[in-house]
Amino acid sequence: MNELIQFDLSLIMPEIFVLSMAMVVLMTDLFIKPSSRWIIYSLSQLTLLGSTYLTGKDFAEETQFAFSNMFVRDGLADFLKMISYLGISLTFLYSRSYMKDRGLYRGEYFALVLFALLGMMIMISSHNMLLVYMGLELLSLCLYSITALDRDNQKATESAIKYFVLGALASGLLLYGMSMIYGATSSLDIGIISTTLFNHPTDHSILVLGLVFVLAGLAFKLGAVPFQMWVPDVYEGAPSSIAMLISSVPKLAAFAITIRLLADGLQSMIIDWKEMLLIMAVLSISIGNITAIAQKNIKRMYAYSTISHIGFILFGVMSGSLNGYASSLFYVASYMLMTLVSFAILMIMSNKNFECELIEDFKGLNKRSPWYAFLMLIVMLSMAGIPPTIGFYAKFMVLQAALEAGFVGFVIYAVMMVLVGMFYYLRIVKLMYFDEPKVKGKIEASLDVQWVLSLNALSLLIIGLVPYTFMEATTQAISLSLN
Amino acid sequence: MNFTYILSYSIWVPIILGSIILLLSSAMSDAQAKWVSLASSVIAFLITIPLYTAFDFSTTQFQFQEFFHWIPTFHINYHLGVDGFAIPLILLTSFTTVIVIIASWRSVQDRVAQYMAAFLIMSGLMIGVFSSLDAMLYYIFWEAMLIPMFLVIGIWGGTNRIYATIKFFLYTVLGSLLMLVAFIYLYLHTHSFEVIDYYNSGLGLYPQIFIFMALFMAFAVKIPMWPLHTWLPDAHVEAPTGGSVILAAVMLKLGAYSFIRFAMPIAPEASIFLKNFMVTLSLIAILYIALIAIVQKDMKKLIAYSSISHMGFVTLGLFMFNTIGIEGAYVQMISHGFISAAMFLCVGILYDRLHTRQIADYGGVIHVMPIFTAFAVFFSMANCGLPGTSGFVGEFMVIMSAMQNNFWIAVIAASSLIFGAAYSLWMVKRVFYGELLNEKIKSLKDISWRDFFILSILAIFIITVGVYPKIITDMTNAATVQFLDHILHFQPITSLPLDV
Repeated sequence: MNELIQFDLSLIMPEIFVLSMAMVVLMTDLFIKPSSRWIIYSLSQLTLLGSTYLTGKDFAEETQFAFSNMFVRDGLADFLKMISYLGISLTFLYSRSYMKDRGLYRGEYFALVLFALLGMMIMISSHNMLLVYMGLELLSLCLYSITALDRDNQKATESAIKYFVLGALASGLLLYGMSMIYGATSSLDIGIISTTLFNHPTDHSILVLGLVFVLAGLAFKLGAVPFQMWVPDVYEGAPSSIAMLISSVPKLAAFAITIRLLADGLQSMIIDWKEMLLIMAVLSISIGNITAIAQKNIKRMYAYSTISHIGFILFGVMSGSLNGYASSLFYVASYMLMTLVSFAILMIMSNKNFECELIEDFKGLNKRSPWYAFLMLIVMLSMAGIPPTIGFYAKFMVLQAALEAGFVGFVIYAVMMVLVGMFYYLRIVKLMYFDEPKVKGKIEASLDVQWVLSLNALSLLIIGLVPYTFMEATTQAISLSLN
Repeated sequence: MNFTYILSYSIWVPIILGSIILLLSSAMSDAQAKWVSLASSVIAFLITIPLYTAFDFSTTQFQFQEFFHWIPTFHINYHLGVDGFAIPLILLTSFTTVIVIIASWRSVQDRVAQYMAAFLIMSGLMIGVFSSLDAMLYYIFWEAMLIPMFLVIGIWGGTNRIYATIKFFLYTVLGSLLMLVAFIYLYLHTHSFEVIDYYNSGLGLYPQIFIFMALFMAFAVKIPMWPLHTWLPDAHVEAPTGGSVILAAVMLKLGAYSFIRFAMPIAPEASIFLKNFMVTLSLIAILYIALIAIVQKDMKKLIAYSSISHMGFVTLGLFMFNTIGIEGAYVQMISHGFISAAMFLCVGILYDRLHTRQIADYGGVIHVMPIFTAFAVFFSMANCGLPGTSGFVGEFMVIMSAMQNNFWIAVIAASSLIFGAAYSLWMVKRVFYGELLNEKIKSLKDISWRDFFILSILAIFIITVGVYPKIITDMTNAATVQFLDHILHFQPITSLPLDV
């Protein structure tokens, strides 16, 4: 018995580590002066380094379960966790000076983000619907409060409340759906649900109803149409650094629970959820891309572009094959890398007295700083899906999987929507390169941000030139976890 | 000598040199940037010469092949190789880049290094398109090539450049995204992205039509064929001279080349099935666009429309399915590469002096620029197909091949020679001859030795090809024979329904 617990604990070492470090950060903050906040910052970065080590040390080759199958550690989980650490670490780095300028560089920010990370790790590794819900709530509550971190800012508070009300509703829907599935299968364990549904097809109508609620909850967390309303408002209202956090890493976790619930637990109901996902994917791609054209606020534009990317991710999941899941995984990971750079450049362009929020603020960036304009060019091309960038392969893999699943017409439709999307990405390029600057002044960033940001943006290009390793990693992660 | 990796060098040397120039752009003065770029383009051109000298034109095999696994997950390879169809166009590309860099010597004042670097990078990418034997590799070069052109038109273009460049980009991407879908479809069918595997994919007629139309969208935009041509006049008018030259001389050829490399051999039955469709579109381009060209008031627009009309001959020749038609199309492509480049350079020379492209603003240029006028009149004559120039040979061969097929197709095609003469000569009359009315023209000086040099090289090429077109037909002959054999004697192995 003792040994069993020891084994279980060894599997959740990264989670334990992050939890205890989050506590340490919270406590340390009480005893240091505001001027020595760098200690908190370094502690947080160390936490991510440590958890990377702990996860990487015994990177799961095969699927292992802990705590009576509540918790799973497999290739998919470890891959997503590693990417999440990277994403959070970059978030801390990029937001540092932005947060300092706005007086938000406080201990609770770091502690809350670390708790959010813990929530994501739990979501990624959950193999039980209760655990899914637990992780999701831990993540969501942290995100709600981080959004309102700037509590004197009306817009931020408003968006936090909006986020909270709608988010709580979505969590409720998800929980309600889970309860119906529990009622039909009398289990919360994803593995047992899967085998029960496979062996004894039970009352279909309850299951489908439950599925609808589960999907609604998931779609809300991902930000897919028709549950997308919160995305632009929250992006716009929240400070850029927090919008960056909300838009990047949590999508990985939401993707993970989507895969766990749909591709694993409710695999036998693929015919039912395929059609629902198809509708959501097509609507997300269309509404995301078309509405983004009309935006004047760059954060709202990012929000709609996120919605269209989510549409593509659902497109891959909808294909219902290992190839399709792998393509979505590739997409979501590359999406995170792209979105981090796009927000980071936004933050670099802002300073104490100036908030870069409008698309027009990008005017003449090439004259002000050719290098950042070039980095932004790479990001925009990558988001638009133009080779040789990582975004192209993401779209390529998704389209390939969808064609393989026989959706010829929808693939052509999606491709036309990509074309629509190119317009607003190109408009940013146009503003940066072809127009005269509206705001003068140099753009400054600290040395480490400069280097890491450049590396991050160039990685979009470099992975685009040699995408094999990354593709293979995603394919491996999926095929090891789901077979 | 060993030329194993010559294709890679042809592609990557200009790209790398261009990137270096781009990185060092702030450290270099404009004059340094020009000389370094010129040296780079000449090096890049010299590298491509052995492709011609060491090529064995007697066989139909792909030569100078390079093969590496690139993305094994999807069986995508770095596979390069050229046959007789690709060689002339690769040489044209690297040669035109040198011309463009010399021609931009004076006309570009702003961000010179970036401008030159964009053309070097573009030339490498275009050579990549011509020499890829892997569909994904081809697609990546094809798309990547748009980025420098987009920036060139957008940064150095005329007043309405942003509308033009975004239109150019979106039009091209519209087609190429459908092409991507077609490639993925073929991949799912053959489990390979190798072009050669596609040739023997054994698709039935119905899927072939699907593939053909998807590829048609990509290539017809690029050529451009009526009615997908509307981006071209805008792009040409707004692009800087160098951009127009590359656009007309090389980029339009990418579309025609891709028909030969992809659309027709992959979907041979469909291309025979859709022959009348293609011929109709070509004839509309030849005739209707020539009529549009007559009424243009802007010189660059006029030449742009005449380009569309001339490219109509190329597609017409290709879809006649006989040797003389395809070789004629090839001669027409190369000849149009030289002639349109020369015409755009001439307009550029005038534009640099007077900053207007309106025909009405000129008149009597011959009185102040006699040498330049001699060149311009010669190129206009070549443009309307004067015997002895390359323009005549291409059109004549295509008309002959049309005659073998159908008398009336030949008649319609041949009538364009009249309209061609009409728009070219009428423009020459209004711009170069007549009274010297505009005061500004009186102060013009004749062309510099630099312009004289590039225009005479182009003139020499035009006459050489016009008198001795065998230079080009020798290159393409073996490839043409095999190409026709493949298309006309294609045996579908199985016929499968559309869904995979």
